[in-house]
Amino acid sequence: MTAGFWQRLDKTGRNLAPFAVTVMLVLVGLVPLQIPSYAVVAPQFALTAVFYWAIHRPDLMRPVTVFLIGLLQDLLSGGPLGLNALVLLLVHGIVLNQRRVFLASTFALMWVGFGMMVTGAALLQWAAYSLLSGTALPVWPALFQALMTLAFFPAIAWLLLRVHRAFLQG
Amino acid sequence: MKPRTSGSVIRLTAPLRALAQRFSFLLLLLASVALMMAGKIDALWVDSFRARVTDAFVPILDAISRPAATAAHLVESVVQVENAFEENQRLKAENARLLQWKQAALRLEAENISLRGLLHATPEPPVSFITARVIAAPGSSFLRALVVTAGRRDGVRKGQAAIADAGLIGRVVEVGEWSSRILLLTDINARIPVSLESSRIRAVMAGDNSDLTRLLYLPQDAPVSVGERVVTSGHGGVFPPGLAVGVVAAVGEKGIRVQPNVDLSRIEHIRLVDFGLPGGESESVSELK
Repeated sequence: MTAGFWQRLDKTGRNLAPFAVTVMLVLVGLVPLQIPSYAVVAPQFALTAVFYWAIHRPDLMRPVTVFLIGLLQDLLSGGPLGLNALVLLLVHGIVLNQRRVFLASTFALMWVGFGMMVTGAALLQWAAYSLLSGTALPVWPALFQALMTLAFFPAIAWLLLRVHRAFLQG
Repeated sequence: MKPRTSGSVIRLTAPLRALAQRFSFLLLLLASVALMMAGKIDALWVDSFRARVTDAFVPILDAISRPAATAAHLVESVVQVENAFEENQRLKAENARLLQWKQAALRLEAENISLRGLLHATPEPPVSFITARVIAAPGSSFLRALVVTAGRRDGVRKGQAAIADAGLIGRVVEVGEWSSRILLLTDINARIPVSLESSRIRAVMAGDNSDLTRLLYLPQDAPVSVGERVVTSGHGGVFPPGLAVGVVAAVGEKGIRVQPNVDLSRIEHIRLVDFGLPGGESESVSELK
């Protein structure tokens, strides 16, 4: 009985890994690095994490979880409440829809797919900020940020793969 | 979506669960949009909720921002060792110049005191400072803000001016118990009442998410030249007058651009100015959020 209990606890802990890692990436994304103009183009690590887990373990990254992570990002970054939640949910939804394609594809193709996702996310954010502020804001800062996120994709994906192997397999 | 045969419970619940999942996705999408609208209409509860959540994450943010600061120091010290000789020469020259300024300042201060005594001028309210460390910056291209480690318990109030070494960097827009959020000058929502130092012309300085800020509401024929200093005007009652803000960087077709004195992407510590005026949250400033 106790062994069962501990096993269940262990499993629950392991199953929380995707959520915990994503929250950690949200927090790391907020660290003020003393690099000129870094904060403006800081890569959106949480987006990468949601993308990765939606492909590999959608059972551990439910829409509700994604919503909560997006909300946390909105609250901590000071942006309009609900915007990141919306962006992450849409990315999650689209990836789930095309999950078979992503699972069957090579890493390079997945990177291209991720590129389309971040571009879409950047445009959506730009549109939302423009709408909320009532003026047409320049779109290129958002695209630069998308490019940074894209550039960091292999590194973050590697990190997530390590977490995936360490906690969720074997 | 109803199953044709409802013999077993499993057969019935599987599609229902799928339906619920799809439905929950839509529901969550709607919730996000609704939150955005609610936040736009009534920002007050969002601010207080945000402040609470930020407070809860302060210990973690504080802990993970320290290694980053240490790394930045390390890089900086390497660069400093490399430039030590030139830096020393430059500082000696600057020191000689500043000593002259010090003499001038002392003379003017004495003169000021005696003149004030003659005129019976009312003394300016006392100014005190709260020092805080920067622990978070939003990683977004549409936001210019900072989270710092000082809150209501340390005497921070909404609307207070935030300064870092050479000048104003922004103002407090949201206060929690242990943390507060500073809206930087360059944010698209920032509006600061300023005046040009030499001509005393008043204007409002507005950010537009770029590295330079704009001057608004200047008289048509106002004489503005590149290099002129911009200081806070003190209108609105929350900011002390005369705080250095920046210098005019360009005057042209696209308006007047101001270069802030402080490099806003490299702020580590800030000081919040507690300007002892009653009724700190004046109408003109709080509505500008």
